Amino acid sequence: MPDVASPKIPVTVLTGYLGAGKTTLLNRILSEPHGKKYAVVVNEFGEIGIDNDLVVGADEEVFEMNNGCICCTVRGDLIRIIDGLLRRKNDFDGIIIETTGLADPAPVAQTFFVDETVGAKTSLDAVVTVADAKWLKDRLKDAPEAKSQIAFADVILLNKTDLVTETELKDVEMRIRAINPFARIHRTQRSEIAIDKVLGQGAFDLDRIQAIDPDFLEGGHRHFHDEDMRSYSFSTDKPLDPDTFFPWIQDLTQREGVNILRSKGILAFKDDPDRFVFQGVHMILDGDHQRPWRADEPKLSRIVFIGRQLDAAALEKGFLSCVA
Amino acid sequence: MADTSSPSSLTSKLRPLDLGGAVVGLRFLGPIAAFVLGEGEIVLVDEAETRVRAHHGAVLSVSGDDKRLLTGGDDGRVVATAADGTTQALFEQKGRWIDQVAAGPDGASAFSAGKTAHFLPVKGERKSHDFPSTVGGLAFAPKGTRLAVAHYGGVSLWFPNAQAKPEFLEWKGSHRGVMWSPDMRFVVTTMQEAALHGWRLSDGGHMRMTGYPSRVTSMAFTTGGKFLATSGSSEAILWPFASKEGPMGKQPSMLAPRDVRVSAVAAHPRDEVIACGYEDGLVLMVRISDGAEILLRAPDGGAVSALAWRGDGGALAIGTESGAAGLTVF
Repeated sequence: MPDVASPKIPVTVLTGYLGAGKTTLLNRILSEPHGKKYAVVVNEFGEIGIDNDLVVGADEEVFEMNNGCICCTVRGDLIRIIDGLLRRKNDFDGIIIETTGLADPAPVAQTFFVDETVGAKTSLDAVVTVADAKWLKDRLKDAPEAKSQIAFADVILLNKTDLVTETELKDVEMRIRAINPFARIHRTQRSEIAIDKVLGQGAFDLDRIQAIDPDFLEGGHRHFHDEDMRSYSFSTDKPLDPDTFFPWIQDLTQREGVNILRSKGILAFKDDPDRFVFQGVHMILDGDHQRPWRADEPKLSRIVFIGRQLDAAALEKGFLSCVA
Repeated sequence: MADTSSPSSLTSKLRPLDLGGAVVGLRFLGPIAAFVLGEGEIVLVDEAETRVRAHHGAVLSVSGDDKRLLTGGDDGRVVATAADGTTQALFEQKGRWIDQVAAGPDGASAFSAGKTAHFLPVKGERKSHDFPSTVGGLAFAPKGTRLAVAHYGGVSLWFPNAQAKPEFLEWKGSHRGVMWSPDMRFVVTTMQEAALHGWRLSDGGHMRMTGYPSRVTSMAFTTGGKFLATSGSSEAILWPFASKEGPMGKQPSMLAPRDVRVSAVAAHPRDEVIACGYEDGLVLMVRISDGAEILLRAPDGGAVSALAWRGDGGALAIGTESGAAGLTVF
């Protein structure tokens, strides 16, 4: 009997600075009566009460790959752990990776694109970041890790909202938006949130890239922008030339990949009825034709970069030079 | 699918086995084929099939010699299984994974959990050593008490009975599997990248073996150490190791090309012949001198995950990821 292709096991990455409420969120996810079983990769044993789920300790071993990408790092310990977990794959429905407060999310995410076995059997579902509503602004100033965790996130729990005023909350949300316009932000207390807002997000699934919402991007929050880490978005209603675009984006991510944390785009190519979507993590790009443009849909090409010390003028010029 | 040239076939000699779980390792214990299933069972096959539960969880590593099978599991156990089905836990540490095991000469064993490698002599105390990062591969030298320990950044050669610091063979990157050449002149690793790296021990000379489309997960020295046969490409890649320099500056031989990748190789213990298993379940026997192929198993979809020759070369055992397995007696 030929094997029926089994669906890939979804992987959720939980990040967040020390004390933001990651472990509380993890405990909530695991104790909900969802009838699912998770394999959980943690950094320290002891804090989680689990009867039913598999728990594995990680060592945070960041490995450089010798493949010419200067910034291509992976988590060697995760490759090993996931290889091991896959040997009992019928035992669980998903994998949740809790990172330490000081961890860089990039090597974790890159592991799922770079390692063949891991990439073939699992898929990164989303990076979920828990942020402390009271202290995040300070951490964004003094902790580069906290900034990376916000920049990288697909879902952000703005936690401990009971400790701040509505004005302070709006302010911190705007700061988050200036860095990361993609992420869905949820206000929480004691990490309390419906599980379906955290798991099953499909954030790296090209089929699920619907729109890059311009409201987030041009919301007039520029005066709050972070000089170091921020997002840039460019768009054009003129069709692009794929023969110009692909060399440009590949060259750009090769040169600037260290500074570009995430990228995303929905593109309209000349004489092409389909939307082309892509997303990237540093130098790693993943893109495909998605679906035909609908008749009622403006054929707008839009591209977004989240990164540090990016040259906005050069990015815009480069992107617009891809117009056919 | 089968080649149109339709090579000679011995598929009629295959005794199919349905093991009900993915095969992660395979050894012959004398005349008995021992199939290790990923979920902790061992199936011993001669005329009958005997099932033994060695681990309460997943098996992460398999080694052995012709008398015992060594397995390491995510239940923290190192288990030795004999041909009669008796099992013995050589080590147990709750809450740890045993990532690597290796069977040594004279009944000695080694295993690793995280960064720590342990040496277990038949008599005497267990010796341990912490390496700079998680142990990716562990192999005893064919003679003497010396272990090659692969980790991030290279390989350490550890003499567990000596006080001296392990000798370090450096090469950037993450090293996973490790193997000695039978004459002990070379050490070769499989890397996280789609490449092998080797060191010539006499002078520390480097051997980069690259060009694979995917990671190498299976390798074997052919009889007398003449070639190193490897998986990872859509043909078996054989690096020439017969000369003093090893494969440096030489092209590998490529045997049994198909449009499907090779997932497992095993070298015949006596003749210049390899068994070559593919990702679709097909298995070929290939003569190295002229590339002549004999079909041993038709494709069924499940990737070949393990191959082992009986010590006398008179039988080949085949394991796959789907749980379908087989035994061919020539």
